[in-house]
Amino acid sequence: MKTIIVILLSAMLTDNFVLSKFMGICPFLGVSKKLDSAAGMGVAVTFVMICATIVTYPIHHGILVPNGLEYLDTVVFILVIALFVQLVENFLKKCVPSLYSSLGVYLPLITTNCAVLGVTVLNIDNGFSFGQSLINALGGGLGFMLALVIFSGVRKKLEYADIPETFKGVPATLIAASIVSVSFMGFAGLFN
Amino acid sequence: MAENKNSLVKELTKGIVKENPTLVMLLGMCPTLAVTTQAMNGIGMGLATTFVLLGSNIVISALRKVIPDKVRIPAFIVIIASFVTLIGFLLEGFVPSLYDSLGIYLTLITVNCIIFGRAEMFASKNGVVASALDAIGMGIGFTIALFLMGSIREIIGAGQWMGLTIPVIHDDPMLLFIMPAGGFFTLGMIIAAVNKLSKKKPPKEISCEGCPNAEACGKAGDCQ
Repeated sequence: MKTIIVILLSAMLTDNFVLSKFMGICPFLGVSKKLDSAAGMGVAVTFVMICATIVTYPIHHGILVPNGLEYLDTVVFILVIALFVQLVENFLKKCVPSLYSSLGVYLPLITTNCAVLGVTVLNIDNGFSFGQSLINALGGGLGFMLALVIFSGVRKKLEYADIPETFKGVPATLIAASIVSVSFMGFAGLFN
Repeated sequence: MAENKNSLVKELTKGIVKENPTLVMLLGMCPTLAVTTQAMNGIGMGLATTFVLLGSNIVISALRKVIPDKVRIPAFIVIIASFVTLIGFLLEGFVPSLYDSLGIYLTLITVNCIIFGRAEMFASKNGVVASALDAIGMGIGFTIALFLMGSIREIIGAGQWMGLTIPVIHDDPMLLFIMPAGGFFTLGMIIAAVNKLSKKKPPKEISCEGCPNAEACGKAGDCQ
């Protein structure tokens, strides 16, 4: 139980995917302008991270390791993720249209999101069990959402700020991200 | 012939300054921020990416008439991922220290938007020679940007640079710069400097140009 909580909270806060591992920076900077799209993207990423873990973990341990093909991890994982995202999109479109209309737009954006590939590779590298991998994916996804939602609030204020001409746009956003990242450093001593 | 040669030189040089992938087109931000705690790592990551970019650009442009348009994205992904696996093996065998310090970010070259963007925008439309030159140019531009980031962060944050000790700063370095927060800050400052220096205004936001998903999201600008 204790390890589960430690994995969950460290994936979410201390090793936050966006703010300390720098994975998924593109959606972090791109989709964080509005609160509802930030939350939507966060939910979609969490969902895909968990599903990708469910699919890739058995493939690695059931097919690649017994045949000595671990070096194919990257190729297989990215293909499986790409196929899976497409599958989820089609499934939601047909069966759960209400969910599709709120998450659908974000799904294609996720295929090339490094956080999703990152979490599946990290699960293998860290030698997590299947349950621990799922918790790690959940924590990573929730941490991603937390960072996006907090940052969308910061950016709303940034819109009305009087910023020097050279810093308008991306530079100001990055410096704001740096300050948010400093605030997450406060979690660093949480576990020892 | 002279004109042809000129255009080839242009393919090579455009990636270094005018269309620098990181500082002007704002692609490939994840590795730019993640591995640049040291200048040496920046160069290593830059060269590894250049290798993958060169290989994938050559193969994709050679196969551009064979790959059906509908399955091009999975085909590109497989080609790119194969080269990433290859460079992983090479680094593990010959430069194990770099392999260890790049860690998971080496695998994540697969989803670096620079590589996918160049495959989609350039290699799938141009010949092998032009694509190879484009890849080398973009790769050098990326390496320079990473080296710059790494140098600034290592000098200010650790008081060292490529194994040299920088006097004064080394006694009391600003640790923040080698932490994640310093990465965001340094990149913001460098992009602001590029904005100031360049005559033509670079895009203010991350553009849909080169984003592999631009078509899927209908260039809705939601990602802006």
